[in-house]
Amino acid sequence: MTADHLDGNALAGPLAELFAVDVTAATGRCASCGLAGPIAALHVYGPEPGLVGRCPGCEEVVLRLVRGPGSAWLDLRGALSLRVTLPE
Amino acid sequence: MAIVSRGFRGRPRAGGDRLPPGQYLVEDFPVLSAGPTPRVPADRWEFTIDTEEGETHRWSWQEFMALPQERPAVDIHCVTKWSKLDTHWEGVSLDVLFEDVESAAEYALVHSYGGYTTNLPVEDLLDGKAWIVHAFDGEELEPVHGGPARLLVPHLYFWKSAKWVRGIRLLNEEWPGFWETAGYHNYGDPWREQRYEGD
Repeated sequence: MTADHLDGNALAGPLAELFAVDVTAATGRCASCGLAGPIAALHVYGPEPGLVGRCPGCEEVVLRLVRGPGSAWLDLRGALSLRVTLPE
Repeated sequence: MAIVSRGFRGRPRAGGDRLPPGQYLVEDFPVLSAGPTPRVPADRWEFTIDTEEGETHRWSWQEFMALPQERPAVDIHCVTKWSKLDTHWEGVSLDVLFEDVESAAEYALVHSYGGYTTNLPVEDLLDGKAWIVHAFDGEELEPVHGGPARLLVPHLYFWKSAKWVRGIRLLNEEWPGFWETAGYHNYGDPWREQRYEGD
């Protein structure tokens, strides 16, 4: 981790507000380079004006999360998929 | 009996009527970033204006620095609520850069090295309201603050003043930028507190 960004674990609290599962444990696939890995491994910039999760491989944006008063905006355009492990 | 207490009025805010609603003053210069800081050497830098007809106007660093320079002293207001008064910049007015640009487009999409974008109406770039700046407080603009050059549009929230600016695309239709597609206001007037979509 370099000084100018956080790691993806910084997303755990803000995403827990929206999702019942811990999304940082899910495996995301970068829409730009195809690299797959845990959301917790993203390079995260922010938290203000919003959280920006970038692929550790190519630095493209995988996820953006803006928390305003009374609303949150989540953009997952940069993630091809999220694989969430669930009980059988 | 009416009880009037001055205590609930609060103290006059520092900054007085130069501080938009909901803002507080800072003396330092906070750095907010949505990605890694691009490092763009001057000899590889260029600035372009692309019209809606597909015409491209292009300036190298040398050509840009040879244009008439201005020194705007302005107040800046970040959507995260800090404001900084009397900031001193040096750069080229967008009026100069638009001098030979033939366009009837109403919308602009500003794009930066590193991939950042932001949108605003073309009229907000003209008539002495916006500059491409390359110096702050008499010093070369540092990369963390957008150097070698950034847009400066001080009458809108500061996310519109794109760091590491690379060019402007003129469009007939509005094309929302990086933060404008993630919940932030399309226009961003600090005096009307247009922070988020729907404000």
